[in-house]
Amino acid sequence: MTIRSMLLAGAAAVLMTAGGAGAKTLVYCSEASPEGFDPAPYTSGTTFDASSRPVYDQLVEFKKGTTELEPGLAESWDISEDGLTYTFHLRPGVKFHSVDGFTPSRDFNADDVLFSFDRQANKDNPYYAYAPSVSYEYYNGMDMPKIVKSIEKVDDMTVKFTLNEPNAPFLSDLAMDFASILSKEYADKLAADDRKADINNVPVGTGPFEFVAYQKDAVIRYKANPDYFKGKAPIDDLIFAITPDPAVRMQKLQAGECQIMPYPSPADLQALKSDENIKVEEQPGLNVAYLAYNTKQAPFDKAEVRKALNMAINKQAIIDAVFQGAGQVAKNPIPPTMWSYNNDIKDDAFDPEAAKKMLADAGVKDLEMNIWAMPVQRPYMPNARRTAELMQADLAKIGVKANIVSYEWGEYLKKSKDPTRDGAVILGWTGDNGDPDNFLAVLLSCAAAESGSNRAFWCNKDFDDLITKAAKTTDQAERTKLYEQAQVVFKDQAPWDTIAHSTVFMPMSKKVSGYVMSPLGHHDFYGVDIQE
Amino acid sequence: MIRFFIGKILWLIPTLIGITIVAFGFVRVLPGDPVLLMAGERGLSPERHAELTHQLGFDRPIWVQYGEFLWRVLHGDLGESLVTHKPIIHEFFTLFPATLELGLCAMILAVAIGVPVGVLAAIKRGSWFDQVTMGSALVGYSMPIFWWGLLLIILFSGVLHWTPVSGRISLMYYFPNGTGFMIWDAIASGQKGALSSALSHLILPSIVLATIPLAVIARQTRSAMLEVLGEDYVRTARAKGMPPRRVIGIHALRNAMIPVITTIGLQVGMLMAGAILTETIFSWPGIGKWMVDSISRRDYPAVQGGLLLIAVIVMVVNLIVDLLYGLINPRIRHR
Repeated sequence: MTIRSMLLAGAAAVLMTAGGAGAKTLVYCSEASPEGFDPAPYTSGTTFDASSRPVYDQLVEFKKGTTELEPGLAESWDISEDGLTYTFHLRPGVKFHSVDGFTPSRDFNADDVLFSFDRQANKDNPYYAYAPSVSYEYYNGMDMPKIVKSIEKVDDMTVKFTLNEPNAPFLSDLAMDFASILSKEYADKLAADDRKADINNVPVGTGPFEFVAYQKDAVIRYKANPDYFKGKAPIDDLIFAITPDPAVRMQKLQAGECQIMPYPSPADLQALKSDENIKVEEQPGLNVAYLAYNTKQAPFDKAEVRKALNMAINKQAIIDAVFQGAGQVAKNPIPPTMWSYNNDIKDDAFDPEAAKKMLADAGVKDLEMNIWAMPVQRPYMPNARRTAELMQADLAKIGVKANIVSYEWGEYLKKSKDPTRDGAVILGWTGDNGDPDNFLAVLLSCAAAESGSNRAFWCNKDFDDLITKAAKTTDQAERTKLYEQAQVVFKDQAPWDTIAHSTVFMPMSKKVSGYVMSPLGHHDFYGVDIQE
Repeated sequence: MIRFFIGKILWLIPTLIGITIVAFGFVRVLPGDPVLLMAGERGLSPERHAELTHQLGFDRPIWVQYGEFLWRVLHGDLGESLVTHKPIIHEFFTLFPATLELGLCAMILAVAIGVPVGVLAAIKRGSWFDQVTMGSALVGYSMPIFWWGLLLIILFSGVLHWTPVSGRISLMYYFPNGTGFMIWDAIASGQKGALSSALSHLILPSIVLATIPLAVIARQTRSAMLEVLGEDYVRTARAKGMPPRRVIGIHALRNAMIPVITTIGLQVGMLMAGAILTETIFSWPGIGKWMVDSISRRDYPAVQGGLLLIAVIVMVVNLIVDLLYGLINPRIRHR
């Protein structure tokens, strides 16, 4: 290999970034390989970024950069007075993509909607288990089998969903990735050819980009859908260059091998921000990291003990040391970007002296407790071990001896759900659909205390009544009031120490325009342009 | 020779059965539950957990699961991935060419540099060359691969812009019906610049992956050469006035190569370990990275199938080394 040929290769790379023959190409250095291209059987954002977001549409969609809903494949919808029936009027003239061996013969219609949901709900649907290990965990996890009573085709362009009981977050649920609409005609063709598994390999949707090819663990290629119902994307080709290491992603971005990357390492942010060819956009993440006490066990069953411990922990120090400033102290269980966030709530002040006194008043002496630290990094928590160490040091100052424990991730999730669990657990949550119910009910309801996703096992009747009522109310102003009250109850009872809401960063070349960060953490490239 | 060959092959059978047990057992001994990992923080209800465990067949007695695994292996079926839902064999052989290409390049680099350096160091024992190269070999051997890879990227790609950062070829080239061997595909495509792009992407990962085997081979060659150079027949050859080049090239090197070839064979196994980190740093779509991902997701079929295939490949390489050894050293095959 001579220097000359290296230079040639370098020139080739430059040519590539400039795009060939006038076609505009955007290269995204993605963080991992998608598990597949059928979004419904999966739960990871990486898979959705590569499947549902470029290739598919949903009946309703999140307005760019917000958690508000806008029409998607449904042009409009009517909700019955009793909140039990949702009638969707479908958008006419929407075309599915063509791929090798399949050219759609008809436009999108009600059959596609029915198929997309039926396969997740109905065990007799040929696509319910198109491979032996396929399961629809998101559909189940969002309680859809309990929420939805039936889905009917009224006519070719009208679909009616009937619910078992009113459920206000339902509409937001339909904007989620598992609710992507697939082509029934394509599925039937694959079934006839005995290639059902290809629905997960070669996706056919209605979205802004058409799938071209996937070289496993290396590159995903898409091209702009010229018939997209919102208009063709400004770029012609979209390429995902799969680059698992954040430091290497940064090098690629700086070298011009890609133009946009997710999840920079916090330590690299300064260098990225000072690079004159790069801009770093940021947004508060729709997430929360928390320390959940086991409220079923003494002395953590007393709210004043939990509050005293909360007051002993210096959360700002955690933000500075662990999040390296890329986050903000949390006072509520929902993030500030979410509607109904109660900003009037005052956080328990950091005051070790007062905390010590409160513990003494509660009759707690020589307390020893476990703090559980997750073994993995998550978007809401860069380093749980370090966080636990800081908490340990803070608690020692008020005479509480904390031991740090940890388990393998799967075990951690399992053991932390056990109501006889000893100690307080560090964990967190990233919102799915922007609805407060998706935080408050999933993490803090009495039903969740039973199922274990409420790691504090906290079941408070006042709180539960408020969030249950809110979930059944369709008026958002009314719901906001109820959730605000629920947050007051939460703060007063302190089942958690709310630790932080992390900030999400997206470094990109200055040539990139039109990228809008999603509060839900989606990476969506429709509307993005690149300067030649 | 044929008896030696057959004997070696027969030994593979109990080894293979042992490997299936280890491969099957390994991932199940690790704490963690693939069903829970599928659901993440969201978790699932105990009923749903039981349902899924049953659907995946993990509720059956362990020996039944092992029996089924063995039965399927005998039929050439390693099952399908719990994550991608694709056949393991397909997954493995999609990625294997990338690992093989990188491994071969690294091995060629390690042997082509390691052997001559070792020989020279032995001849010039105690010289500055010997001290510098053997000192560097010790450093190379102890190098943390992850750090070393990143350092090379920052220097050669980031600062000097000589090499691309990561990947196998520039994104402007794409061979939909390729073999997976990028150098071959680049040549076969006839596209201008494709070959140099593929080669330039190979440089840094090959260096990183070759570092440890190179150090081991150089040190092994040096010590084997030193031993042989002290032998009577070498002294005799020198005494009768044979040119030094012939003494070393014919008498010494051939004998010194016997332990070196064994070392090279063993390094193939080490190469797999190095591939895991090298592939992750250089976004190299090979089986090393695939195995790590599969382990972290507790993708049982992928881990057990992948381990089995890797073990078979390493075994075959070792068998070839053994046979080569027999060719070079007649004493072995007559034993």
